[in-house]
Amino acid sequence: MTEGNELNRAHLYILAGILIAIGLLIFAYKARVVGFPIGHETESHAWKVEARLRFIATGHPVKASLLIPTQSKRYPILDETFVSGNYGIVTTADQANRKAVWSVRDDIGKRTLYYQATIGMQQNAPDEAPRPQKKQAAKAPDFSGTTLEAAEALMKEVKKRSADAGSLVLQLIKFLNRTPPDQNVKLLLGLKPSSKKKVRVAVYLLNHAGVPARMVTGIRLNGGPHDFTRKTEAMNWLEFHDGKRWVSFDVVGGKSPVPPNWFRWCVGSGSPATVEGAEHLRLVFSVRPLVEEALTAAVGRMEVSHPFFLKFSLFSLPVSTQAVYRVLLLVPVGAFLLVLMRNLVGMKTFGTFMPVLIALAFRETGLFKGILIFVMLVALGLAVRFWLERLKLLLVPRLAAVLIVVVGLMTALSIFSKALGGHTGLSVALFPMVILTMTIERMSILVEERGFGEALISGVGSIICAALAYLVMNIKQLEHLVFVFPELLLVLLGMTLILGRYTGYRLMDLYRFRALAKG
Amino acid sequence: MLHIIRELKRRGILAINKRNGDYTLKHNPRRLYPLVDDKLRTKQLALENGISVPELYGVIEVEAQVRQLPEILANRADFVIKPAHGSGGEGILVIASRSNGKFRKPDGTIISSDELHHHIFNTVSGLYSLGGQPDKAIIEYRVRFDPVFESISYLGVPDIRIIVFLGVPVMSMVRLPTRMSDGKANLHQGAIGAGIDMATGATISAVVGNDITTEHPDTGKSVVGVSIPGWDHLLELATRCYEMTGLGYQGVDIVLDKDKGPLILELNARPGLNIQIANKAGLLTRLDLVERHRPSLSTLSDRIAFAKENF
Repeated sequence: MTEGNELNRAHLYILAGILIAIGLLIFAYKARVVGFPIGHETESHAWKVEARLRFIATGHPVKASLLIPTQSKRYPILDETFVSGNYGIVTTADQANRKAVWSVRDDIGKRTLYYQATIGMQQNAPDEAPRPQKKQAAKAPDFSGTTLEAAEALMKEVKKRSADAGSLVLQLIKFLNRTPPDQNVKLLLGLKPSSKKKVRVAVYLLNHAGVPARMVTGIRLNGGPHDFTRKTEAMNWLEFHDGKRWVSFDVVGGKSPVPPNWFRWCVGSGSPATVEGAEHLRLVFSVRPLVEEALTAAVGRMEVSHPFFLKFSLFSLPVSTQAVYRVLLLVPVGAFLLVLMRNLVGMKTFGTFMPVLIALAFRETGLFKGILIFVMLVALGLAVRFWLERLKLLLVPRLAAVLIVVVGLMTALSIFSKALGGHTGLSVALFPMVILTMTIERMSILVEERGFGEALISGVGSIICAALAYLVMNIKQLEHLVFVFPELLLVLLGMTLILGRYTGYRLMDLYRFRALAKG
Repeated sequence: MLHIIRELKRRGILAINKRNGDYTLKHNPRRLYPLVDDKLRTKQLALENGISVPELYGVIEVEAQVRQLPEILANRADFVIKPAHGSGGEGILVIASRSNGKFRKPDGTIISSDELHHHIFNTVSGLYSLGGQPDKAIIEYRVRFDPVFESISYLGVPDIRIIVFLGVPVMSMVRLPTRMSDGKANLHQGAIGAGIDMATGATISAVVGNDITTEHPDTGKSVVGVSIPGWDHLLELATRCYEMTGLGYQGVDIVLDKDKGPLILELNARPGLNIQIANKAGLLTRLDLVERHRPSLSTLSDRIAFAKENF
């Protein structure tokens, strides 16, 4: 190659290198120093939890109390609110629990009181339990007569097989979970014991044997970011003190410690909620993951620490505009993918960026429905186009006619799909109709001139590229990255520049020239 | 897969990325493209330079001019209509004879004058042009091809493509229409491509599609070892196109007319790469060789001699 060429190439690589370096530097600074979250939902999960207390007041002074969570390093309480109506609210705390007490002089009828809290979760932080006095065994287990005998016989058996508190608990739970149950266990637990009963009995037995233990009532912080199931059952598990710290133990599963998403609401054998002066008390827990919390929290912190950064970021835009940019910033990613598909693989498509636009439409309809709609529109459009061919129309009126037909078909498709119970109705309209029209026109010409096979190759190539672009553009992590770190576009630009000088073989070249490779 | 890459590299196969990046983008300045993309301008340019081309009968630039068609055609029995900005042989309509106001294509199909007009309308509104911009329809002399190819082509006009790099002819092939290609000289439509020995002008190998062949599928005659008459004249004609257009990397398409000799049909600023398959040889090695020796090749005859000696 000539010198000028080498010089050009060096120039290009330096330029691309600088772009990529700048992009990565800003990215690293924002991620490490400013504190924008890299993951689209990193470890700083947060949940909105709610306890709803319902009862019917009977016309007397009402006093409702609810045990509420104590925050720990693993579960910091980011925010909490009490919805009290005309009730007065006082919160108190003893060594084990915090307690909210609502009271009113007199009340009658159905009442609902709420406690709501936003719970953060630090995966790696230790889960320290609230620390009451070690010997909670002060409360004497209510064993007597035969149950006392059964308890003592059982504990004797368990103790024989254990060395310390840990193994004692493990053995005891094994006994309690054994099927068919041991005679003594049957006597203690009854016929069909609930898990709560099992935990309670285990706690009694352990306390009776001198091992400090207590019952924990908690809920599961459940579900992925899109799982908005709200109601959740309260669960019970056991905590025992091994001499140094409280250790959690899942009695039903027989495992220790309990999974990290089991959130301790309160400790103690009593019910978390009690009410005086009312009846029909019901307590319902619900939990909902807060998806954007990581980002929102970061932005909130930045308002104080790096106001300058925030002012010149996408977060300064109105939310609706932000939503547009979330999609818009994915277009370069799709375009880059197309560069790969066309210049490295050698795929044939209709129109350079048509697959990216089709992929954007797929985001609204979903992949399979989208492909179906696309194929249907193009096939119907082609049929109309071939019919128009016989009328010998001039180019622009013919294109306009196809466009009109395409819009008509989309409208009809929306109405039919709505009538058939789908709700794809509205999103079909986002199919880029001009692009569709041009696709139909080009395809029909290709069919006429090169035959159906050739047209099909380009058509299928377009769909494959669109589907790939959709799959890539639909990666939530990617969407998060380009939106929070738009400077990554510089990296993309740099890589595109480098690929712009890729003069090696495409994958398809290997196929095309395969006859020459045989030697 | 890696061994395919290695083998293609070893044989110096030029692929599309490299052709675009290192040859057409570098050696063909954008401003020169209109000279070859507009076949009308190419024709005028060739006439100015004393290079023979098929005679121009007339041009239709707007739809209304179709009314002048009878004047343009006068009483000519056969002619060709082609878009000025067409590519890859698209939109070329050949009329072999006329009777009762109907037109007959070489394959025998009859088209009405309405259909002919529609074809012209399509051409003028840019159906066949790159990017769809409005175009012109050229009506010109229909080549009566030299009998040398009579036994090895089906209906259409066989043409000879010569790649000229920096004024040196580097590779050549003859494209022979087949029944499958519908009489068109387009390789991807099924025409035969036969590689030509640059020194002697005789065909040396042939492909149809991607398969190597030795005989014409429709006529059964051998397509290898056919000597092209007046080869030296052809080489000279092609080489002169470099001075004419200034394009460093171009494909020159020539037809052999039995009365008028070789005629330049069109020039191509982005010539295809299948010529390598037809020749069973890579372009890259030849292009590199030309680039290295070009400074010492000053005259036209030097360059032709260099090509005949090396390729």
